[in-house]
Amino acid sequence: MRIEYELKPGQNSMEMSGGYGVKRKKLWRDIKKYRHLYLLMIPGVIYLIVNNYLPMAGLVIAFKRVNFQVGIWQSPWCGLENFKYLFRTKDAWTITRNTIAYNVVFIVLALIVSVALAVFLSEIKKMKLRSFHQACILIPYIISYVVVSYLVYAFLGTNGLVNKGILLPAGKGAVNWYMESKYWPFILVFVNTWKNAGYASVIYLATILGFDESIYEAAMLDGASGWQKIRYLTLPLLKPTMITLTMLNVGRIFYSDFGLFYQVPQNSGAILDVTNVLDTYVYRGLLELGDISMSSAAGLYQSLVGFAIILLANVLVRKISPDDAMF
Amino acid sequence: MAEDIWGLPRIYGKGTVVCMKQTNLKHMNLKQTKLKQKITLYAVLKNISLWSFSLCCLIPFLLLIISSFSEDSAIMRYGYSFFPKEWSLDAYIYLFSQGGKILHAYGISVFVTVLGTLMGLAMTLMLAYPLSRPELPGRGIFSFFVLFTLLFNGGLVPSYIMWTTVFHLKNTIWALLFPNLMVKAFFVIMARSYFRTGIPGEILESARMDGASELKIFVRIVLPLTKPLISTLVLFIGLAYWNDWNNGLIYLTDTNLFSIQNVLNEMIKSIQALSTMGGIASSRVQMPSNTVRMAIAVVGTLPLLIAYPFLQKGFVKGIVMGGVKG
Repeated sequence: MRIEYELKPGQNSMEMSGGYGVKRKKLWRDIKKYRHLYLLMIPGVIYLIVNNYLPMAGLVIAFKRVNFQVGIWQSPWCGLENFKYLFRTKDAWTITRNTIAYNVVFIVLALIVSVALAVFLSEIKKMKLRSFHQACILIPYIISYVVVSYLVYAFLGTNGLVNKGILLPAGKGAVNWYMESKYWPFILVFVNTWKNAGYASVIYLATILGFDESIYEAAMLDGASGWQKIRYLTLPLLKPTMITLTMLNVGRIFYSDFGLFYQVPQNSGAILDVTNVLDTYVYRGLLELGDISMSSAAGLYQSLVGFAIILLANVLVRKISPDDAMF
Repeated sequence: MAEDIWGLPRIYGKGTVVCMKQTNLKHMNLKQTKLKQKITLYAVLKNISLWSFSLCCLIPFLLLIISSFSEDSAIMRYGYSFFPKEWSLDAYIYLFSQGGKILHAYGISVFVTVLGTLMGLAMTLMLAYPLSRPELPGRGIFSFFVLFTLLFNGGLVPSYIMWTTVFHLKNTIWALLFPNLMVKAFFVIMARSYFRTGIPGEILESARMDGASELKIFVRIVLPLTKPLISTLVLFIGLAYWNDWNNGLIYLTDTNLFSIQNVLNEMIKSIQALSTMGGIASSRVQMPSNTVRMAIAVVGTLPLLIAYPFLQKGFVKGIVMGGVKG
């Protein structure tokens, strides 16, 4: 008789069983029936509660004047004082500008480079050559930023390839790369593209290879050139994927890769005005400067604005292509 | 949408070949011959950019490896180079003489990676599977519970305070294991859609008819059907643990607990400190510091670079799996 009460997916339980009392009874029966499934979820749910949800409550620290003598929870409230201090400093503007400006450049460049790579890769007919290229452009993605900082150092360090191998023989003086801010926007953009373009290009390539071959054959019979096929077939068909991936990045525009901005410039103080972003500011405030009130204020600022931007990006996605919306 | 996501790897493997030779010669007029010339120019540009990007990705590693086998004094004079004036094993000899520390760090890395991956994998699968079952009461609430962690987070300061004051993780090995890495909402959502589309409902239905419990169905029927998902999760969670230096940077000051990534992080900082101290330090410390730095990076990266050719296909599959429905 159990079968009778089973719901097919999407079926409304009210239709089957009349009143609320019966419905509640059925709900309990279902919960009991699936109790093993709930049990399965417990470890993961506990982990997310501890790792992700408990710290959310801790955001209130930003409204406290932290005094370690009395403990964090006993510290007195101070309203918006921390924020007033934060936004009075030059840092607030610098880190906001850097975070957003870098992300905008990263997003645009990543889109162009990874789509280009994917289109080029898709035109390679030899499977071996294609997977060789793909393997190459994915290597930077699997390497940690610590190792990346070593690689960059081999080129830009005092004894680096650029200084001693290129500038010196060319008769130019060595550049102290880690002390000169003017070069770092380019270096960081380059490193970020180098590291991440491969990842997105894999997704684009898989999408391109999933397209129906017959439309390309038809285009060829109509005399379409290679470029025309890209311009009028591949790119328009790729547009939904481009929008989805780009909007995902836009949603994260208030967050940056801590490793890129901390490890690659090797935490050099002289170039902070172009390498300091929200994430590095929060880290330095907490662990290097011990300025917990500034750090927590910047953290809350990032959490809130970041949240708003993600919601906004999702609204945009839902307007453009509802299927790809996150929620 | 979802159906073609899981179709993609197969389509990908098939290798779409648009047959160029079939171009109908009769249709070729003058205009098209001109176009053909354009194509070759495009082809040249295409090949140049593709090869230069690929080489760009390889060459830094080559420089790293070659430098580590160079003579230190030559590097002082001529800098890191692809064509060192003198080859030398000094850096590795020095590293082996200091071997204990690196081996120890390797041990920590392996321990944390294995344990973290196993726990993370189990928790991710166990959380994702019930969420994939449309008939589970409260599924929507739990799904939102997972998704919300992607949208909003407390950030570093509250997390740090919680892990250090409530759980006392500072300077324990658990600091490398627990914060941030174990269960990621992204993987839970990816696994959920894999379960939802990759496992035919009829199989579950018939198992239930046979009186199998939900637990039994999950272990005996669902898990064996999700090997591609499991290998992808192992690959990505494992990579995250192996590459992680962030937790060590934040929660560890005790160098005995450093993973290989933390040792690398420490080395680049401390040798930098040495070099800024100038001549005094270099005369006191008997080590070929320029090459040792590269050698230690090679030692730290080597396992990944060696395993990479075998894992590459898995990474590609995993990226496609997670990327299409982000």
